[in-house]
Amino acid sequence: MMDGSNQFGDAQTGEQKIRNFNLNFGPQHPAAHGVLRLVLELDGEIVERCDPHVGLLHRGTEKLMESRTYLQNLPYLDRLDYVAPMNQEHAWCLAIEKLTGVVVPRRASLIRVLYSEIGRVLNHLMNVTTQAMDVGALTPPLWGFEHREELMIFYERACGARLHAAYFRPGGVHQDLPPKLLDDIEEWSERFGGFLDDLNNLLTENRIFKQRNVDIGIVTEDDIQRYGFSGVMVRGSGLAWDLRRAQPYECYDEFDFQIPVGKNGDCYDRYLCRVEEMRQSTSIILQCLEKLRAPEGQGDILSRGKITPPKRIEMKTSMEALIHHFKLYTEGFRVPEGQVYAAVEAPKGEFGVYLVSDGTNRPYRAKLRAPGYPHLAAMDHIATGHQLADVAAIIGTLDIVFGEIDR
Amino acid sequence: MTEALKELGSHIEMKRPDCVLGWEITLDELTIDVTPANIAGFVEFLRTDATCRFTTLIDITGVDYPERPKRFDLIYHFLSMYQNHRVRLRLAAREDEMVPTITEVHPSANWYEREVFDMFGIIFSGHPDMRRLLTDYGFRGYPLRKDFPTTGYTEVRYDETTKRVVYEPVKLVQEYRQFDFMSPWEGANYILPGDEKKEEAK
Repeated sequence: MMDGSNQFGDAQTGEQKIRNFNLNFGPQHPAAHGVLRLVLELDGEIVERCDPHVGLLHRGTEKLMESRTYLQNLPYLDRLDYVAPMNQEHAWCLAIEKLTGVVVPRRASLIRVLYSEIGRVLNHLMNVTTQAMDVGALTPPLWGFEHREELMIFYERACGARLHAAYFRPGGVHQDLPPKLLDDIEEWSERFGGFLDDLNNLLTENRIFKQRNVDIGIVTEDDIQRYGFSGVMVRGSGLAWDLRRAQPYECYDEFDFQIPVGKNGDCYDRYLCRVEEMRQSTSIILQCLEKLRAPEGQGDILSRGKITPPKRIEMKTSMEALIHHFKLYTEGFRVPEGQVYAAVEAPKGEFGVYLVSDGTNRPYRAKLRAPGYPHLAAMDHIATGHQLADVAAIIGTLDIVFGEIDR
Repeated sequence: MTEALKELGSHIEMKRPDCVLGWEITLDELTIDVTPANIAGFVEFLRTDATCRFTTLIDITGVDYPERPKRFDLIYHFLSMYQNHRVRLRLAAREDEMVPTITEVHPSANWYEREVFDMFGIIFSGHPDMRRLLTDYGFRGYPLRKDFPTTGYTEVRYDETTKRVVYEPVKLVQEYRQFDFMSPWEGANYILPGDEKKEEAK
C-alpha cells in the first residue's frame, strides 16, 4: 500500500507521515471565473475532494423579484448570466407570454432569435478564449474580445446598452432594428468565419492545449442524467440534445442548423462543440437577416395590448393611450393566476424560469433555474482524481458565471 | 401534446396510486400532487419506468404560503431527454416537517435541497450534507419565506477603527418601499386618505 497508511505498525520517521493537504482555491483567483471558492483536499497533486463554496455573489434576486412588477423584474434577468444577457430575458418573456397567452409578432420573434444567437456567440467567444487563457494561452482572448466588442456594439445599437440590455419585453422587443444595423451584422458574420479559422489554427492542434484538455473531465451519459447536465455538457458526450430542436420555442423550427456533438465527453470535445456552435449560430444569424428583410418579416415588433406600451405617435393624440402608458409603467400589468415553467437553450445549457402568479402585478414566486448550477454542483464528481492543474481546465469547460449560479 | 400528457398522467396514477394524490394539466404542463412519505421511491419509479424515463432532475424549489396549515409547496421539475417530456411534482409540507431526500436517486438534488433548506428552512432527512449554500457564513433566518423582510436584519461594513468588517443591525434612512398597487376602484380593503371624514359626517 502506497497511500501512506501504516499497515505493518512499524516505526515511521517524520518524513514518512503523509497527510492530505487542504487548499483554498479562490475566491480571488483568475481561473475561478469570478468569486468561486473551492476547498480542495489534495493527496499530493491529486484532488481527493472538492467542495465549492458559492454564494459570494448572492444578491437575493428571487426575493427582490417578489416585490417588483413583471416589467421591473426584467432587467434582473440581464444580471444573471452577464455574458449573454438577452438569452435570460428570453426565458422570462416566454414564461409571461405563456401565462397571458400573448402571441409575439413575427418580426419580433425573428429579432429575438437573431439576438439570442448573437448572445450565444458572445458567450462561447468568452468561454473558449478564457479557457485557453486558463491553460496558458494569451492570444485567443485578445483576439476573441475584439469580436465580442463588435457584438456588444450591436447590442448597444439595438437597445442602447452594451450589457444590461432589457431589450426583450413581454409581447415582443422594445425597439425595431434600423436597416443599417442589419447590414452591419451581415458584414460582421461574413468576416467571423475567418476569425474562427484563425482560432482553429491557434488552438485545435496546439500541443499544449491538447495536453491540457484531452481526456480531462470526462462526462459519461450516466453522469449527464444523474447530475442534471444540459447544453454543451450533454452534447460534448455525444447526445444530440438541444432545446431549440427538441422542444422548439420562438421560431427556431424554421431555421436550418446542425447540432454539433462530441464523442469522448472531455474538455477538448466540448471546446470543439463550442467552436462549431459558433459557426452554426453565424449561419442562423444570416438566415435571420434574410427573413427580416423579406416582406413577411416586416411589421410591428410588439403585440399591442395590455402588457405592451402604446405607440409613441398614439400617445400624442389619444388620452387613453397616455393613461395606458402611465398605468403600464407605474402599476404594471396583471398576469392570470397559475404556474408555468419556460425554458430556453441558453449558451450554457437549459435556462428556465418557474413562475407562480397570484393574479396581481407582481410574481408570487419566481425561481430561476441556472444551467451552471448543477454543473458546478457536479464539480466534486468531475474533479476528483484529477491533478490540481486540471481544476482550472475543468472550471473553464463547465462554463461558469457566478451571476447566474449565486443569483 | 395535451393528449400525450393525459395518458402519461393516468399511467403514473395507475402504477403508483399510493404516491399520487392527483394530477392536472395546465398550459401544456403536467403537475402531479404527491405525498412526502415515499417521494424517493416515486422519483426512482419515474426515472426507471419505460414510459416515463424522467432521468434528469431539472430543479427543486419551494413556494411559501404562510396562511396555509401545510405552509410550503415543494416543486420538483423533471425532464426526460429520451421521451422528450417534462413533469412537475408538487408536495405540500408543514413548517416542522422533514421531507425525505432524493439524493440517492439523483445526486444533483444535493445542491437543490441545500438551497431549499437555506432559503425556506425545510430539512431533508437523510441528506448527506445539510449546510447552507448561498447565504453568508453564519447567516440566520430563511430569506425566501414571506415573513422575512426584503432588507434583511443585518448589514456589513468595513470599520476603520477596528480594521475589520463588522455586522450591524440594518439601519434604513427611508422605509423600504412596498407599493400597494391595488386599485381603489377594484375593492382595495383599506380606507383612502380623506375618506375617514365621510364616516364622521354621517
